[in-house]
Amino acid sequence: MTMTTRAGALAGSDRARRFGSSPPWVRSMRYWMYQYKRTWRGSITTSFLYPVLYLTALGLGFGSLVKTPVGGVRYLDFLAPGLLASTAMQIGGNEAMYPVMAAIKWLRTYFAMLATPLTVVDVLVGHLAWIAVRLLMVTSIYLAIMAAFGTVHSFLAILAIPVGMLTGLAFAAPIAAFAAAQQNDTGFSAIYRFGLIPLFLFSGTFFPITLLPGWLQPVAQATPLYHGVALCRSLVGGHVGLAGAAAHLGYLVGLTALGFVLALRSYRRRLVT
Amino acid sequence: MVARRLTKRFGDFVAVDAIDLEIGRGESYGLLGPNGAGKTSTMRMIACMSPVSGGTLRVLGMDPAHDGSRIRSRIGIVPQEDTLDLELTVLDNLMVYGRYFDLPRRVIRERAEQLLDFTQLSDRAHDKVDPLSGGMKRRLTIARSLISNPEILILDEPTTGLDPQARHLLWDRLYRLKQQGVTQVITTHYMDEAEQLCDRLAVMDNGRFAAEGSPSELIAQYSTREVLELRFRDPDTDTEAVATAVGALAERFEALPDRLLLYTDDGEATLTEAHRLGVRPDSALVRRSTLEDVFLRLTGRSLVD
Repeated sequence: MTMTTRAGALAGSDRARRFGSSPPWVRSMRYWMYQYKRTWRGSITTSFLYPVLYLTALGLGFGSLVKTPVGGVRYLDFLAPGLLASTAMQIGGNEAMYPVMAAIKWLRTYFAMLATPLTVVDVLVGHLAWIAVRLLMVTSIYLAIMAAFGTVHSFLAILAIPVGMLTGLAFAAPIAAFAAAQQNDTGFSAIYRFGLIPLFLFSGTFFPITLLPGWLQPVAQATPLYHGVALCRSLVGGHVGLAGAAAHLGYLVGLTALGFVLALRSYRRRLVT
Repeated sequence: MVARRLTKRFGDFVAVDAIDLEIGRGESYGLLGPNGAGKTSTMRMIACMSPVSGGTLRVLGMDPAHDGSRIRSRIGIVPQEDTLDLELTVLDNLMVYGRYFDLPRRVIRERAEQLLDFTQLSDRAHDKVDPLSGGMKRRLTIARSLISNPEILILDEPTTGLDPQARHLLWDRLYRLKQQGVTQVITTHYMDEAEQLCDRLAVMDNGRFAAEGSPSELIAQYSTREVLELRFRDPDTDTEAVATAVGALAERFEALPDRLLLYTDDGEATLTEAHRLGVRPDSALVRRSTLEDVFLRLTGRSLVD
């Protein structure tokens, strides 16, 4: 390559540049796709393996001990949709913790993005959009495996995919807001210990919350995972009520929106100084 | 690029204190100054990455407060700390970055090939970034900043921490870019770098411009043509006392623990005079004044942080 051609290529403004051929948030989402190229094999394998392991051990194995119907259905049917929602929560939470910290502190990817035409909104929306894509992958695989286990009893079950995605985002958005305000990753173990793990165990995934002590039931009902689990369960079981569904959806959409506003504020504070 | 009374505040702390700045198309402009002088804050405002707290700023005729995105699409930024993705390959780093600018894949691939050639990284194109040397990473950051064919290149300490070979390669590349008409704004701690690369420069101290001009103008204005260094091996030598004796021979003098610096236009003549006055240094050195002398005069010798 001679310098004359380089001179031509570099001098002056780039006439070929056009604005807006793909939305800015799509451009920032592409970064996460490039990253995923490295790890997709392991990630997809995990997405298949976990539902098979959980449904086999708890649904078929432990479930064979549960002789009475739970919530009107056999235990496997009760458990599976709850696990789908719980898995969405975990994926949404994970993807909004370490990757956000890495993009701020360890790899500083967000700062690289902000040195280009992208803005803080593009950076945040692009990352959440990528998390939504990951949730789409995970919940679709989960539903397919549930079908293979014979626990899908309604065409409405397909809606468990968007509801699972929404459940994941309802966690991802506020957790991203938290992560962007952290100086290091020690706070994340608290999120697991006092957030994700208790919710996983007590939000109605493994047993109906009516079995909890009376004073704990409203607490469980106030958690986002409860709404994701309940809605997924009614869709997969084919016994969905309109009013109940609207309440669950409203809660999850509201939390996602609130999380987004908080995350945008937290991102601005951290990234634009 | 024009700034009037440009100011940056962080809470009560004033990082950049009402500076005036004008940089023309195709010019290479340097910002020198000790750590904490406000160089990086100035650069981040110019790069439209940091909001202005006061004064006005126009870059490429636009206001960063409203057209930050449009301005950034026409400038290339080399930040002080690399923001490369260590787990991606060299080529993928360029691809991802080019896509932020919405450039088509084909265009990025063509430019990436040229830029990797330009920065001598072609044979590492498919390697991960993590194991590359500091110099290679820095070159990749520069290649990346050029992927959008920027009209302005903003370089924050481009060669800090590099070995001499890597520095000279980078200087050569930056010089070529300058010849191609790319405007450059550079911060550096290295005076030789500033002298090599910059048409004009400003010495910053405490958020203000202590001086501004071409390297030769600054030397002419703030130093003398030559410097006579008288060195004394005996640690008990009272250089202050010697200075009192011969200080009048020079335009300005500086007494350091083991040395006496005499700023004069004719070092040899001053040395002869000093000998005549009975000063017997262990060694004497006559050298030309450099930007370093200007820098130390303007910002002092004591450590800032």
